[in-house]
Amino acid sequence: MIQDIALFLQTAIIMGTPLLLATVGEILTEKAGHINLGVEGMMMIGAVTGFLVGFATNDPLLAALAAGMSGFLSSQIFAFLTVSLKANQLVAGFVLTIFLTGLANLIGSNYGNATLSSEFTQKIGAVAVPGLSRIPLIGPALFHQSIIVYLGIFIAVSAWVYLNKTRFGLSLKVVGENPSFADDAGIPVAVYQYVHIGIGGFLSGMAGACLTLVIVPRWQETVTAGMGWIAIALVIFATWNPSRAIFGAYLFGALKGLAFKFQGTSIEIGGASLSLPSQILDLFPYIITIAVLIAITLGKRRENQPPRWLGKAYFREER
Amino acid sequence: MITIQKRDSVTRKQGALRQLASIAGALMIGALVIFLSGYNPGTVYIEIIRGSLGSGYSISETVQTVIPLLIMALGVTICFKVKFINIGPEGQFYTGAMAATYFAITWPDLPRGALLALMCASSIAMGGLWCVIPALLKVKVGVNETLVTLMMNYIAIKFVAYLQYGPWKDPSVIGYPVIRQFSQSGILPDALGVHSGWIIAILLLIGMIALLGKTKYGYKITVLGENPNTARYAGYGTAKLLVSATFIGGGLCGIAGFIQASGVENSLNAMLSNGWGFTSIVVAWMGRLKPLPIVAVSVLIAVLIQGCTYLQISMGVPYFMASVIQAIILFFILGSDFFMNYRIVRRQGDKEAEARR
Repeated sequence: MIQDIALFLQTAIIMGTPLLLATVGEILTEKAGHINLGVEGMMMIGAVTGFLVGFATNDPLLAALAAGMSGFLSSQIFAFLTVSLKANQLVAGFVLTIFLTGLANLIGSNYGNATLSSEFTQKIGAVAVPGLSRIPLIGPALFHQSIIVYLGIFIAVSAWVYLNKTRFGLSLKVVGENPSFADDAGIPVAVYQYVHIGIGGFLSGMAGACLTLVIVPRWQETVTAGMGWIAIALVIFATWNPSRAIFGAYLFGALKGLAFKFQGTSIEIGGASLSLPSQILDLFPYIITIAVLIAITLGKRRENQPPRWLGKAYFREER
Repeated sequence: MITIQKRDSVTRKQGALRQLASIAGALMIGALVIFLSGYNPGTVYIEIIRGSLGSGYSISETVQTVIPLLIMALGVTICFKVKFINIGPEGQFYTGAMAATYFAITWPDLPRGALLALMCASSIAMGGLWCVIPALLKVKVGVNETLVTLMMNYIAIKFVAYLQYGPWKDPSVIGYPVIRQFSQSGILPDALGVHSGWIIAILLLIGMIALLGKTKYGYKITVLGENPNTARYAGYGTAKLLVSATFIGGGLCGIAGFIQASGVENSLNAMLSNGWGFTSIVVAWMGRLKPLPIVAVSVLIAVLIQGCTYLQISMGVPYFMASVIQAIILFFILGSDFFMNYRIVRRQGDKEAEARR
C-alpha cells in the first residue's frame, strides 16, 4: 500500500511537470497583459521538435533547447499579431493552436513508430538519489525523478523571484496592469510583451518535449491530450503566482495519474465498491478552476486578481 | 519616427478589397507551404475546389460543414454583441447534443415530429443553460466569463466521453465504446440530398438578422454592447438583457449540437464537434459580427475543410495540411484587420525637429 502511494506520488510529480512548465510560461505571458490560448499548439510543436532532434542527435539538452526554440518562434507569430497589429488575442491564440497542431502532425507524420535510443532515455530518465530515494512514501517522488522535474521547480521558483524581487518583474506587472502608466514611466511596453510572450512560448515548447522525451516517451498525434488547456486553467488556479503553480501542477498531475490508474477498475472502500471513471477525474481540474475563479473574485484580494489589462490591446496613440 | 494613426473611415469597397488582398496573400504563403511539402500548389488548390464544390456529393458535404459553423457563429455573435466574450460554443454544442441524445435514446418510438421537436427544444434549453451559468456568474459575482466559458467546454466534452464509455455505452457493440444509434424518428429527414439542418440554419439566419436589425430587443442589445452606461440610464435592465442574450447564444450552439448528432452522426460521441466550436468563434470574429459576412466566412472555411479531406483521398496530402492552410489564411485576415483600421505614417513633427537640429 505504502509502495503504491509512493509510486502514485512519483507519477503525480512527473505528470505535473509539463503542466508546471507551460503554466509558468503562461503566467509570465499573462502578466504582460496577453492571454495566449496557443499553449496547446506550442506544446505540440515543442513535442514534435524535441522528439525529432532527440531522435536525430541523441542529445537531451539540444532536444530541449530546440523544443523551446520552436515554441518561442511560434509565440512570436502571436506576439506580432497581438502586440504590433493589435489583433484579438483570443482569436489569435485559437488560430495558433489550429496552426501548430496541424504543423506538428504534418512534421511528425512519419515518426509514429520511431523510438528513442536506450542511451538517450537513460540520460534523461529518472535518477535515484542514493539514500534519500529510499525514504518511505515521499522518497521516490522527490528523489527518484528525471532531471526535468528539478528543472521545472527551479524555473517556477526563479519566475517567482523574477516577478516579486526584481525591477524587471515589477515593470512587467505594471505593463499588465496599466500599460499606459507603464509607458509614461518609460517602460518599453511592446518589448516587455514580446519578450514575455516569447518566454511563455519557450516554456510551452519544453513542456511538450517533456512529454515526448520523458513521459510517454514517443511521438503521437494526440500526445498533449489537452494538457495545454489544463495549463491555462492552472494559471487561474495558481492565481498568477508561479510558486503556487508548483502545488497546482502536481495536484492536477495527480488527477491525471489517478485517471490513468482507475481506467476500468474500481476500488473497495469499507465494503462499498467505488468506481471513478477516468473521464470524470479528467473534468475535475476544470471544475476546481471555476470554483477558484469564483472564490478569488469574491475574495477581492488584489494580489489574486487577473492582470487588469489581460486580453486587451494597447494603443499607444489613443492614450 | 514611424507611428500608427487611426483611419477616419474605410468605405465598404476599400474594406472588401483589403480583405481579398489578405486572402490572396494567405493563399500565396499557403502555396509556399504546399510546395515545400512536395506538392504542386496549383493542382492542390484546384483539387480543393473540386473536392468541396465539384459534385453534388461534395457540395452536400460542404453544406453539412457550413451548418454547424454558421449556427454556432451566430450564437457567438449575439453574445459578443452584449460584450459577453463567449468562448464556450464547443461546450454549449455538446450539452445541446447530449440533451437531444437523451431523448432520442430514451424514447426512440415517439413519432418523428414529436421526438425531433423534443430533441430540438431540449438542446436549446441545455445549450442555453450552459451559457447562462457563466452569464449569471458574471452578473451576480463579477467572474470573468472568458475563463469560465473556456473551462466549461472541457467539462462538457469530458462528460460526453464519460457517457460514451459508461452509462450510455451500447452493450450490443463489442470493442470501441459507442452510444446507441438513433431510431429513424430521431434522425433529421433529408431535403435536397442534405439533412434538413440547412433549412433550420437558414431560418435561424433570417431570424437573427431580423432580431438584431428590426426589433426593439435587437436595438437594446446593440446599445448595451456599445455603451453599457447608456443602456443602464435608459433603464433597460441590463442584467436581464445580458442573461437573455446569452441564453439565445448558447441555445443556438445547442441546436448546432442537436443537428450534428441527429443529421450527421445519428448518434453522439466525444468527437462530434470536430473542434468546430472553436472555429466558429474565429468565424464570428472574421465576419465582424455581421450575419451575412459570417455566412461568407463559414462557406470559405467549410470549402477548405472539405476540400482538404478530399485531398487526402485524391492526392494523399495529409489531412493536417488543411489546418495549416486554414490557419495561415486566418492569420492573414487577422493581421489585415489592423491595416483596415490604422495606417502607418511617418510623423511630420519629427522630421521638422530633425531639420531644425
